[in-house]
Amino acid sequence: MSAVSIANGVRSGETSAEEIVERYLEVISRWEPKIHAFLYVDEKGALEAARAVDALVKEGRDPGPLAGVPIAVKDNIAVKGMPLTCASKILTGYVSPYDATVVTKLRQSGSVIIGKTNLDEFAMGSSTEYSAFGPTRNPWNLDRVPGGSSGGSGAAVASGEVPLALGSDTGGSVRCPASFTGVYGLKPTYGLVSRYGLVAFANSIEVIGGFSSTAKDMDLLFSVMRNSAAPDPMDQTTIFSPPLAFPGLKGLRVGIIKETLAEGVDHDVAKVTYGFAEALEEAGAIVEEISMPDLYLALPAYSLPASAEASSNLARYDGIRYGMPCPLDAKDWNEAFSRVRGEGFGPEVKRRVMMGSFVLSSGYYDAYYLKAVAARTKIREDIIRALKDYQFLISPTNPTTAPKLGERTADPLSMYLLDLDTVPVNLSGIPALSIPFGRSSDGMPIGVQLMSSPLRDDWVIKAAEELEEMGKVEMASVVARLE
Amino acid sequence: MSEHRIMIGLEVHAQLTSLKSKLFCSCSADYRQLPPNSSVCPVCLGLPGSLPRLNRRALEEVLKIALALHSQPASETVFYRKHYFYPDMAKNFQISQYDRGGGVTIAKGGWLDLQTGQLTKRVRIRRVQLEEDVAKIVYPSSLLSSEYVLVDYNRAGVALCEMVTEPDISSPKEARQFIEKYASILEHLGVTDTSLEGSLRVDANISIDGGERVELKNINSPKDVEKALNYEVQRQVMIVERGGKVGMETRHWDELNRITVAPRFKEEEEDYRYFPEADLPPIRIEASLVESLSASLPELPDQRAERFVEKYGLTSYQAGVLVSQKRLADYFEEMVRSGLEASDSADWLMNEILGDLSDFKKELKDLEPLINDLVKIIGMYEKQEITGKIAKRQLKQLIATGRLPDEVPTPMRDENTLAALVAEVIREHPEVYEKSKRDPKAMNYLVGQVMRKTKARADPKVIVEILKKALNKDSNNRLNN
Repeated sequence: MSAVSIANGVRSGETSAEEIVERYLEVISRWEPKIHAFLYVDEKGALEAARAVDALVKEGRDPGPLAGVPIAVKDNIAVKGMPLTCASKILTGYVSPYDATVVTKLRQSGSVIIGKTNLDEFAMGSSTEYSAFGPTRNPWNLDRVPGGSSGGSGAAVASGEVPLALGSDTGGSVRCPASFTGVYGLKPTYGLVSRYGLVAFANSIEVIGGFSSTAKDMDLLFSVMRNSAAPDPMDQTTIFSPPLAFPGLKGLRVGIIKETLAEGVDHDVAKVTYGFAEALEEAGAIVEEISMPDLYLALPAYSLPASAEASSNLARYDGIRYGMPCPLDAKDWNEAFSRVRGEGFGPEVKRRVMMGSFVLSSGYYDAYYLKAVAARTKIREDIIRALKDYQFLISPTNPTTAPKLGERTADPLSMYLLDLDTVPVNLSGIPALSIPFGRSSDGMPIGVQLMSSPLRDDWVIKAAEELEEMGKVEMASVVARLE
Repeated sequence: MSEHRIMIGLEVHAQLTSLKSKLFCSCSADYRQLPPNSSVCPVCLGLPGSLPRLNRRALEEVLKIALALHSQPASETVFYRKHYFYPDMAKNFQISQYDRGGGVTIAKGGWLDLQTGQLTKRVRIRRVQLEEDVAKIVYPSSLLSSEYVLVDYNRAGVALCEMVTEPDISSPKEARQFIEKYASILEHLGVTDTSLEGSLRVDANISIDGGERVELKNINSPKDVEKALNYEVQRQVMIVERGGKVGMETRHWDELNRITVAPRFKEEEEDYRYFPEADLPPIRIEASLVESLSASLPELPDQRAERFVEKYGLTSYQAGVLVSQKRLADYFEEMVRSGLEASDSADWLMNEILGDLSDFKKELKDLEPLINDLVKIIGMYEKQEITGKIAKRQLKQLIATGRLPDEVPTPMRDENTLAALVAEVIREHPEVYEKSKRDPKAMNYLVGQVMRKTKARADPKVIVEILKKALNKDSNNRLNN
């Protein structure tokens, strides 16, 4: 069922939220043993929230635009009263005492928070294999990863466990799993959605994004998440904008980035991306190939500052105030901290924290950090300039389809390469939507990435809606199988 | 000591105690009376997912300080993260500012003038910036014997203004003067109540004869800064005179033993890994804001001292002492407003009352509720209703007990009564009386005896007159005989 139809049914009193939630809980119990998308399912809380929604409807009051819609939240976003693990041992036992701003908005819109989804530890990874609590599997093929780091949210929506889910996107962490699991994944404009309550990894570039199985559902979810009338006072990096009207694809100019379709890209992925370009043309858009020769800088320009920020943001996990307890037999602070962090963090987190500490150290700061920041500025300028000539840019979401479990963990660099086409979006702060647009010869989903100028989040969603209405988007068939 | 060239630079951290809430959240900043860890929230505890949000008032308070120091405000300022692992920092980094690597502090440059004898000493200011305070570490028994420590995060996130000078200060005494004057400026601006424990904390850098500089950390009062620096000068002079070399190091001031000590553990060279705090976008400092703050700056100590000289006819020394503490200057003006003579008020404050306060371990703020009684006592003295001696005694009692003595002795002016008492004393001490005929000093003893009988209610000058009269009469009688 789509979120739109659930909300309509519940608001009109046709269906009860409780019924809806019970139905989804049943799907979850069926799929979880296979895919492990959730780290925590709050059955009791969800049913209570659903009954509260039903009570409002009975009183003749409107519970809100997401009335009765079950939603899953990536476990690096704070939900009051639920564990917040970031899929890390270091946060063992920690329960968030507060709601993220986005979660507050979701609650106020009548949606029902079902639980917390799996991720790569602290959102560092592209496969959800770096979860301390075991990987999530791709519902399309259980031997494949669901992508990451928001792999749990992607798999949950793809398998029909929930109609909507929240993720976070630092270098592609929403779009990659959306692409690998055949659903929509939105990375909003930086600042348009509050980060308050999102556990920081690389705070200068990351955002909270959403997963849905239709573009219309994404529109609905995003209308609740975004800051429409005012910035969030709890997050000073936020901006706000009312929804923008979309003029329709006809006559709009689209740039297809040549470098993202060059060597190293799966044949099927390239084919689907060109197919997407054709669909846009059929809708009346003018598609032209463009070149961004400096795009190869994106990965280092992303990974150095992101690691630097990670080393800083993750410094607070020392076992003193919450989470994994500090050993009492340590001889001094340093030993206590080192032991907690040594045992509590997994290999990928340690790798980035060490790399980040290194590039910020005196003597290396200028050579690495500042140079990477300069490269980041260059890429941002290139993209923003291109977006003056083209209303949209397109590329594959990822160069390949979902790898097999274990295929890339042995070589971290090969894992980083999955983010090649998604990181430039984070570096430039623009909105991008991964649209499920086809499948590979072996049946795995392939996503294409539609990008636009800052604040044109509505444009990427509405453009997808237009294609959806034209019957161009293949609906996720895992979901279809369920209904 | 004087033959060595001393260079001292100060880093003064002042809590902005005028602010109701902390620097990056809305928790109460007035934590001193609160139970431990009660003025905390996800932000100041650094809980996962929380974000800082700048208290704009703090920025304005720091701008006021900058303007008072003739420091140049930036047009845009940024926050940086300063990293080190320590349990008093909930995030293991402190949100601060940085003047290198692309950082811009709220203000830079400026100066503060000190009166050193007849000369004016100008100490240049390097920068003025804003940062968050850290939590308080509590050692349940003592620093050395505690098996564990407790951390109170109430103080974490309170706004601190960090002001850094150039190494222009050339003696420990000057350093103390500088801090006292800076504290008075903060008081006059109304940004910091420097009488609150821990509201002013100083790090001092000191080098002699162009040697390496030694940093003294976390000294709590101007007096201790002077003591710590004096100790450090002696220590460094001794090293140099024995042909040694002072090494660059950080030492701590041991208040109890009055020495500076090297830390127990060899501290690794600190690398704070400064980099921009992306959660707080760069902050524009509008010229209009600076102008309006500048226009509404209150009267500062230097201007106030000038006014004291012009309006009240004080010496510039007196004026300087009075304005060195805002409470003292305020008290002085309150005394004058209450009808006391300006120069009398200054004299009483500087020569008596300040001494009494320190004798009885009281502070100026303890004096504030006593203003009416204090004015009454000095007023009686001015109207010659009581003697200076009684006035002093009354003031001491007032300051010690906080209450006016129940009975204010009325002065004894009746000459006949006094003459009778004088005659009585002469009868009791005939030999002293005889001696006083030759030795005027002996007369003082007699005066003292009469004063005792009057319980100091008489004017000693009158007694001297009566005694002199008696002596004259005696010698005339002798001549006549």
